[in-house]
Amino acid sequence: MKIQEVAAALQAEVLSCHDKLICEVHAACGSDMMSDVLAFVKDQAVLLTGLINSQVIRTAEMMDIHCIVFVRNKVPTDDMIALAADREIVLMTTKKHMFESCGILYQSGLNQRNETAT
Amino acid sequence: MSEDLTFSYVVDGDNFTCAGEASSAVKKQLRWLGFSPDIIRRVSIAMYEGEINMVIHAGGGQATLTVQPDKIVMVLTDHGPGIENVELAMKEGYSTAPERIRNLGFGAGMGLPNMKRYTDEMRIETKVGEGTTITMVVYIPKSV
Repeated sequence: MKIQEVAAALQAEVLSCHDKLICEVHAACGSDMMSDVLAFVKDQAVLLTGLINSQVIRTAEMMDIHCIVFVRNKVPTDDMIALAADREIVLMTTKKHMFESCGILYQSGLNQRNETAT
Repeated sequence: MSEDLTFSYVVDGDNFTCAGEASSAVKKQLRWLGFSPDIIRRVSIAMYEGEINMVIHAGGGQATLTVQPDKIVMVLTDHGPGIENVELAMKEGYSTAPERIRNLGFGAGMGLPNMKRYTDEMRIETKVGEGTTITMVVYIPKSV
């Protein structure tokens, strides 16, 4: 699934790295706890969260996550957008809630399960 | 690579926003040195969790990363309160982090377990009231 298809499925507004929208993603992880996100590794994943602070971007950077979806109409700060742009991470915001967003992406084919890291 | 390379970082304990800068720098260095994405990710995540822990619990500290021919060694040192019960602290889900830290997305009790998960060796030396030193090792496969 391409990142632009994620944005379309969630009717999301893209806030950074529009040139990366054609990149493919294969898995997703939804959480507001960044340490939970850090416990799971999956290549080319999307992170869905309702948390707004710079550590969301840092977590994605460490995990090689190239796309973050902010749910519940949360909008990242300008500093977060600048940091994400520097790290080549696509940010987008959707009015949909976490549960609905995850369900839509799962039904759209983004249904590889997360696997516990070895 | 025949000689050891050492990188040192000061972790600022007063600024949660800046937490992760050392890990980010490490990630760039390892990428520049040509390590595989898997090795880079494991080292970066372990270092990042350690950095966050130092900011949350110890008011900052110092991080040193040494790249040796066969392994990468991370040493994180702080002069915080120390860990009272290491066995308990290693349990997934156990956390002493305050509510304000949980609201920031951390303090889920996954920090130390994640550091162990992503490294090949981890040693914790701690003394209550004096501080903690955590040493982590990631071995480099010969083909890398």
